[in-house]
Amino acid sequence: MADEALFLLLHNEMVAGLYRAAEQGEGENGRCTTKLESMGFRVGQGLIERFTKDTARFKDELDIMKFICKDFWTTVFKKQIDNLRTNHQGIYVLQDNKFRLLTQMSAGKQYLEHAPKYLAFTCGLIRGGLSNLGIKSIVTAEVSSMPACKFQVMIQKM
Amino acid sequence: TVHTSLDVVDEKISAMGKALVDQRELYLGLLYPTEDYKVYGYVTNSKVKFVMVVDSSNTALRDNEIRSMFRKLHNSYTDIMCNPFYNPGDRIHSRAFDNMVNSMMMQVC
Repeated sequence: MADEALFLLLHNEMVAGLYRAAEQGEGENGRCTTKLESMGFRVGQGLIERFTKDTARFKDELDIMKFICKDFWTTVFKKQIDNLRTNHQGIYVLQDNKFRLLTQMSAGKQYLEHAPKYLAFTCGLIRGGLSNLGIKSIVTAEVSSMPACKFQVMIQKM
Repeated sequence: TVHTSLDVVDEKISAMGKALVDQRELYLGLLYPTEDYKVYGYVTNSKVKFVMVVDSSNTALRDNEIRSMFRKLHNSYTDIMCNPFYNPGDRIHSRAFDNMVNSMMMQVC
């Protein structure tokens, strides 16, 4: 992965740029999140193709989720997911106590409403990665207190 | 030949789920030999299948060579996937990929 500072700056600028464009009347706000998400999707597909090139075949769904939490997260965000929980029926909750893309904002409540913008890309990243490994999913994110966030992955059974 | 081999690929993969960790390799080995050809298979983690058909009379190609050929193919495919101008699922129009395949073919002939 390229230098992480570059990634952070590019990501911040991507978010800012898209929303600036939206403010100038090119499409409404909801579309920005979708756009970021689909950008993440494509990037996730590419990345997972590269990362899984030399790994053994995955045993099952949980094996794949573990890979995402450990290897994938470490390469992209320089740390592992802190907590992975599942109900064994296709719902996984990935908790990151110090999410990289949020650490640069103040930890208070001040920017809480802006946080979802910075999570959309990552949601797409997870969804793209999973889809390339043959798992259809819906990924949502939530932030309750600032640098910590949760990603909920709902697997779509085919 | 290629179509029947895809069934063998599926068979091998579903059997592989129960196999031991060290046997879960991407390279599937010889799928099956026919009178004229030998068919080899390889499946990536993203479920993309590569199939290679080799003339039975060609004895120069051993398992190891085939394996490294597949690896090269996979590396090249990965590069395509990471190309932002390529839409996953489309037909591959890449000169780099074609050149790689051609040079690989030239080597073995």
